[in-house]
Amino acid sequence: MIICLKVNYHMSIDLKTVKHISKLSRISIDDQKAKKLEKDLNAIFEWIEQLNQLNTDKVEPLTSIAETTLRFRKDQIVSKNIREDVLKNSPKENKDYFVVPKVVE
Amino acid sequence: MAHLIDLTLSELVKKIKSKEISSKEITSAYIDRSIKSKKLNTYVEETFEEAIKNSEKFDNNPSFEKKLSGIPLAVKDLFCTKNVKTTASSKILENFVPTYESTVTQNLWNEGAILLGKLNCDEFAMGSSNETSHFGNVISPIDDNLVPGGSSGGSASALAAKLTPATIGTDTGGSIRQPASFTGTVGLKPTYGSCSRYGIVAFASSLDQAGPMTRDVKDCALMLEVMSSFDTKDSTSINFKRPNYFSDLNKNIKGKKIGIPKEYRVDGMPSEIENLWEKGKNYLKDCGAEIIDISLPHTKYALPTYYIVAPAEASSNLARYDGVKYGFRADGENLIDMYEKTRSQGFGDEVKRRIMIGTYVLSSGYYDAYYLKAQKVRKLIKNDFDNVFNNVDAILTPSTPSSAFKIGDKTNDPVSMYLNDIFTVPVNLAGLPGISIPAGLDKNNYPLGLQVIGKPFDEQGILDIAFSMEEKINFKLKTNDWWIK
Repeated sequence: MIICLKVNYHMSIDLKTVKHISKLSRISIDDQKAKKLEKDLNAIFEWIEQLNQLNTDKVEPLTSIAETTLRFRKDQIVSKNIREDVLKNSPKENKDYFVVPKVVE
Repeated sequence: MAHLIDLTLSELVKKIKSKEISSKEITSAYIDRSIKSKKLNTYVEETFEEAIKNSEKFDNNPSFEKKLSGIPLAVKDLFCTKNVKTTASSKILENFVPTYESTVTQNLWNEGAILLGKLNCDEFAMGSSNETSHFGNVISPIDDNLVPGGSSGGSASALAAKLTPATIGTDTGGSIRQPASFTGTVGLKPTYGSCSRYGIVAFASSLDQAGPMTRDVKDCALMLEVMSSFDTKDSTSINFKRPNYFSDLNKNIKGKKIGIPKEYRVDGMPSEIENLWEKGKNYLKDCGAEIIDISLPHTKYALPTYYIVAPAEASSNLARYDGVKYGFRADGENLIDMYEKTRSQGFGDEVKRRIMIGTYVLSSGYYDAYYLKAQKVRKLIKNDFDNVFNNVDAILTPSTPSSAFKIGDKTNDPVSMYLNDIFTVPVNLAGLPGISIPAGLDKNNYPLGLQVIGKPFDEQGILDIAFSMEEKINFKLKTNDWWIK
């Protein structure tokens, strides 16, 4: 006898997973926010689950609506002398560099 | 000069060209009214002084051959404007001043338009009610405490309240058409690749399109004609011959075949919307169009597909906000700590939620189950449209499953908020043009809209259909200026 099991991808998202996703997203969250997110994400993914009603084994994924190959452009510099522009919105002021916390000990 | 603000964009252009009125008169009239309308919270950045100067400059040396000569316009704060703060209504970009101009806004200025200011929206365009903005809720001029829709809520509100003669928005899943529908205005999302994405703060790059929001269909054609251009700075911009949407606009839609998709008759849709849809069909028949019942079988899968694809792309696009090169930065003990605190404090709850959904569906072990699956269903949704467009020229649907709701009504239930976009999202997934026009009122006197969906690059076709329906519908937006004391 062959038993067919419907594969259900959605395992409910637990608190540990929420914290893992927050780590991957580089967004720190406290426990209270994590609990709220656990509830929200589970509701959203439960709703998303309905996609599994569809058999898509033979369907090609749609990656771009334009369905064109990317154009080539000439290998030319079009923006020159824009150092000031590039640094203008830097959160820590310095006219030559972007400043970040020390990375290498 | 109170009546100035009652003129449509195309009427204003005419009056400026015939020298009946000056740019300064119009600009001052809109600024005066905008100052009195702070309660609606539509502006996040005002450039009124600069606008007056620019209108004087225009009047002193006018050039009447342009399409928007001397016209003041406020735009959604998702478009980068050179030397004018651009925030995407997010704390993380609170002090961001671009050193470059978006192509779409540049096109407006090239045709003689003048910037009035930047308009509130949902944070990073993620929302359907303009309740996720860092700068607070936008109020609809239709009623106190009513949402204008979103994400282009500030644009819709400012337009309906006559704080700008026309405006521009962006539409990733309905962000132009839904707020247009909620506020009794016209909104068009062009075919993907019609308007350049260069300089627009990115949300979901395979779905984002800029488009016009206006008081009538004529204005919509005029704005689209100015906005749409081929642009090498956007790798997905499409080089096609763009018609003169405005001068080519015509009401002859005799013999056009209009599809009515049965799947858009959703459970729980108010009978008022059902009736309006019926009326729309009759108007089209009166104009000589043929009504054909069609099926778009994968419609119900569009929203869950969207809520995988859009957050996935957003999580990737928003990775750039790390506090290093621009934007808000929170101090941290080390680099990683700085990233995490910056993004935690800089983004609002809805944006964080979507980044996390996107990160999850792209993460190792889940990519195939969610992201690849969604891309495949997206293909099925596009195939649905391709199939019906063999038999029909355009599709008529309601714009939204309900009229505008009160502030706070849906903020605690993300899924019910997402359901607002049920009729607009499939159009983005398939990259098609769609227009929402005001079609009537519900029992509370809140506006309701009808949507016309077209074949790729057939903006002219849907504009013509909307133009002929508009005449029959004869909708007049009435607000009694209750927000002005």
